[in-house]
Amino acid sequence: MKRGKGMKFVGDSRVPDKESRDKIPKDYSEYPGRTEAFWPNFLLKEWLVGAVFLIGFLCLVAGAPSPLEQKADPNNASYIPLPDWYFLFLYELLKYKFAASEYVVIGTVVIPGLAFGALFLAPFLDRGPERRPSRRPIATSLMLLGVASVIWLTYESVAGVDWEERAAYSVENVPDVEIDEEAPGYQVYSQNCLSCHGDSLQGNPGMAPGLVGIPYGADQIKDIAVNGIGQMPANQFQGTDEELNQLADFIVSINEQASGEGEGDGGSEEE
Amino acid sequence: MLQKMYDWIDERLDITPIWRDIADHEVPEHVNPAHHFSAFVYCFGGLTFFVTVIQVLSGMFLTMYYVPDIVNAWESVKYLQTQVAHGQIVRGMHHWGASVVIVMIFLHTLRVFFQGAYKKPRELNWIVGVLLFFVMLGLGFTGYLLPWDNKAFFATQVGLEIAESVPFIGGDLKTLLAGDPEIVGAKTLARFFAIHVFFLPAALFALMGAHFIMIRRQGISGPL
Repeated sequence: MKRGKGMKFVGDSRVPDKESRDKIPKDYSEYPGRTEAFWPNFLLKEWLVGAVFLIGFLCLVAGAPSPLEQKADPNNASYIPLPDWYFLFLYELLKYKFAASEYVVIGTVVIPGLAFGALFLAPFLDRGPERRPSRRPIATSLMLLGVASVIWLTYESVAGVDWEERAAYSVENVPDVEIDEEAPGYQVYSQNCLSCHGDSLQGNPGMAPGLVGIPYGADQIKDIAVNGIGQMPANQFQGTDEELNQLADFIVSINEQASGEGEGDGGSEEE
Repeated sequence: MLQKMYDWIDERLDITPIWRDIADHEVPEHVNPAHHFSAFVYCFGGLTFFVTVIQVLSGMFLTMYYVPDIVNAWESVKYLQTQVAHGQIVRGMHHWGASVVIVMIFLHTLRVFFQGAYKKPRELNWIVGVLLFFVMLGLGFTGYLLPWDNKAFFATQVGLEIAESVPFIGGDLKTLLAGDPEIVGAKTLARFFAIHVFFLPAALFALMGAHFIMIRRQGISGPL
């Protein structure tokens, strides 16, 4: 049986060279320096590191509840898509002129294909025997360039997001009110207001505010419906005075319902 | 008692060599943070595996509540998040684990790259590792749709448009993923669920097995 000093290996691996291949791992005494048995000595230390890591991870989980936005609404035309953070660099790349519209293939296939293709084939592109980063400047600088561009693109993308506005998409900001779709006021609402303010008065981020928890009385609501306010143009309401009254009563009743419930469940910051 | 059980099995299956292959090996000095603190960079691969285990376990529990259809998916996630005991923790672990695993796999890739550890004889293990990275990104992409909220829906629509822009096969690729050339809907959700829960994990396990067998066969790369 061949062991230890006489054996030849492929590179610094433990795969024996053809001549001496007998599948027996290198003898413990052959490793340089202070080696340690994996089982149980090293595994015990790894276990401790893993436990500390798990505690940190659970602190993250407990401190930041995972987000859930409002239920998918394919008709929501004003929603600004945002991918998960590790795809933001690709998303940002597609905003550059040379990688968008008719050149989109450059952004979606050519650049990522070259980058990830080079990563995939790195062992066959960088074939020299040197392992130190400073001794293989081309591989090192290309990798640094790639990492820097991914970080830069991600940063650019994150900086361009209005996080406060996005918070309005969260499910927590949906007022918990029951809307009586049979109410006469709702019929008026759906004809005049629904297209902007949403089918349950939730509003449309970037376009129109939600109508639950507004500081207006019936008369002011009537005035706003006819004359507009802020970005809302005048004459959005088209109907009779009776319908206008029904509409205002409906919105006021929803608001009263929300403020009544809001005190109970503790989610009343909106009011 | 345990020793007797072990001996009983060992007599029939000769499991000691298997055990030796898995656990009985030396940890060289240059990868041991107890000797050189800078060797903590060697932890990233192990932490990637650790978070992957968290992902598998939390994901298994999530499927006990999650319903993969467009009427109930969002409601089931909301129910899990707000009504089920510890549901928020389990979903939180899966949600944040998805990010942490990407961070860890990224750091592990950089460590291996800058140390030139992918060079001969470890080219194949690098290839498998990059494939694992892609599978992980695929899991992230498909898992993002499953809560069926606005963020999920519209991000997936963008992702499918990116798939569609691929020359020649783009249209077919989108149809394969979404189940329909135009609509992102019920079929899309069912397919992403299947891909996320069956296809990609299967690929992940196979590749991880290959990754680990190759590490044990070749040993960890020597010091720089």
